[in-house]
Amino acid sequence: MSVKSESIQSKKDSGQDERLKKISPLRVLLNRPELGALGGSILVFIFFGIVAGDTGMFSAYGTLNFLDVSANLGIIAIAAAMLMIGGEFDLSIGSMIGFAGICIAIPAIYWGWPLWTSIIFAFAMAILIGYFNGIMVVKTGLPSFIVTLAMLFILRGATLAITRLITGRTQVPGLRVLIEDDPIAWLFATDTFQWLFTWLGSMKLIALRTDGTPLATGIPPSVIWFIALTLFATWILMKTRYGNWIFASGGDKVGATNVGVPVGRVKISLFIGTAVASTIFACIQVLDAGSADTMRGTLKELEAIAAAVVGGCLLTGGYGSAIGAALGAIIFGTVSMGIFYTDVDTDWFKVFLGAMMLIAVVFNNYIRKKVTETK
Amino acid sequence: MSEYLVQFNNISKFFGKVIALKDVTMKLKKGEIMCLLGDNGAGKSTLIKTLAGVHKPDEGEIIFEDKKIVFDSPRDALDIGIGTVYQDLALVSLMSVTRNFFMGREPQKGLPFFKTFDIEKANTIAAERMGQIGIDVRDPSQAVGTMSGGERQCLAISRAIYFGAKVLVLDEPTSALGVHQASMVLKYIVKAASQGLAVILITHNVHHAYPVGNSFTVLNRGKSMGTFQKKDISREKLLSMMAGGEELDKLEVELKEMDRIENN
Repeated sequence: MSVKSESIQSKKDSGQDERLKKISPLRVLLNRPELGALGGSILVFIFFGIVAGDTGMFSAYGTLNFLDVSANLGIIAIAAAMLMIGGEFDLSIGSMIGFAGICIAIPAIYWGWPLWTSIIFAFAMAILIGYFNGIMVVKTGLPSFIVTLAMLFILRGATLAITRLITGRTQVPGLRVLIEDDPIAWLFATDTFQWLFTWLGSMKLIALRTDGTPLATGIPPSVIWFIALTLFATWILMKTRYGNWIFASGGDKVGATNVGVPVGRVKISLFIGTAVASTIFACIQVLDAGSADTMRGTLKELEAIAAAVVGGCLLTGGYGSAIGAALGAIIFGTVSMGIFYTDVDTDWFKVFLGAMMLIAVVFNNYIRKKVTETK
Repeated sequence: MSEYLVQFNNISKFFGKVIALKDVTMKLKKGEIMCLLGDNGAGKSTLIKTLAGVHKPDEGEIIFEDKKIVFDSPRDALDIGIGTVYQDLALVSLMSVTRNFFMGREPQKGLPFFKTFDIEKANTIAAERMGQIGIDVRDPSQAVGTMSGGERQCLAISRAIYFGAKVLVLDEPTSALGVHQASMVLKYIVKAASQGLAVILITHNVHHAYPVGNSFTVLNRGKSMGTFQKKDISREKLLSMMAGGEELDKLEVELKEMDRIENN
């Protein structure tokens, strides 16, 4: 694209049209949806670099800690962002996390299923629920806000009721022993690059425990999933036909339909995407904690939407990016962990979250006007 | 083969008790621009949707290249080569020129399952096509929102032609445009017709239609008042045939009358 646009640029310089002017690199950057989030994350790192630079926040252990939190949020934020670009919301993400958790835990603990079958079962349920959300929105024409709000209550209620009915309590522990030797569970439960951390530890480059093993044992699975999903979503949005359909479906549903974009199918698949991402989130959390909790994931849908908005997604659809949502998640993750390393009371975190979102929305609105203004 | 590329014979469309269209007949040759004139409520929108395959006619037949055609969906109309450019243009202003140009029909490259949208090729074609109509897109990756109304209209028409339209149905292409922009669009329409397309230009603006049209069909209250060749009808006659015309005449008389009374 760089070569192509240069050739057009040079044609322009030869003076074919007097109205043409050079587009400054700043202008090109301004046209990117993730600009705000990029600036925001740089500011956040500068801030904590100054305030908490010497506290261990940026040690290997501390870094992995806030990356892990960011990555978990990022996994669902990216899916939420893609759905928002496609013009819809999913408020059932948090409830889906709780539901997926017990879909894994109850069959594995109470029905004696091998862990991998219950993981597959959870993903199958996610696809079904995502499909249901999608088909409801597409067929009834109701706002997705309402449809998925209903699903938020239904899933959370069902999670609680089913768990109590089968187990008599609201938590299902005892999964940790099942992870070993399972053919699938390692995907969500293994720290990678352990050799690197062992080596760094042996070189005394990172902090060690008293028994000589490194404090940070490896890259958590959430971070690997997060990076993979960011790349995958970006590839889809920028480089595939389906990506163009997502933008078109969210930008102008009627127009997209008129030129032959299968808007309904695109939206349904995006709802399946958020449900599946919630299940990935649930797998990582449940296997990490070794237990499923019926309240897991509460309010996560709003954090995911907040990260997507900070990342440049417009609430009206048709505009946004996966990298932006990823950066939005990093901002939230870094601040929520970083605040422990400062003197600031952690109670202030939510205040920050809300303020950040307001600033982002105002900024994005301004950018959208810039992008679409007639020159 | 008959001399007509496409014929719409005795098309009628009813919505319950309402007669939206009754016995409308239109015949177009290659390279011909037919202007479909009518005031608001004359049935223009219903007729467009019938041509575009959105509505099925209740009576009458559509004959394209001597074959009788039945459309089950807008896709069918597109496939045989009837390209409709709606008033809303089906453009997404936040998306780039290229992404809009190829919306729904993106060129792909690469292996199955890993096919990617061939952006380079799409950029080249979009810039080239827009260049042919004298619109120098500064950068095909710029948002459509940055283009003028006339440029957007031309983009939508150019897209329909690129994707194989033989008959172009244009819904009020100049209604929202200033004089300069409108003339740019009209010029492009004439150029498209000279390359062998048949154009149905739907408008209520006789002043835009008259200079470019070869023939004129006037719709009034769902019925065709007939089709006239340019040599057989004057601009003033056309204007008065549209429902508004007679009423405007009457209004003029009334105003004169009022003037006379006041002056006395």
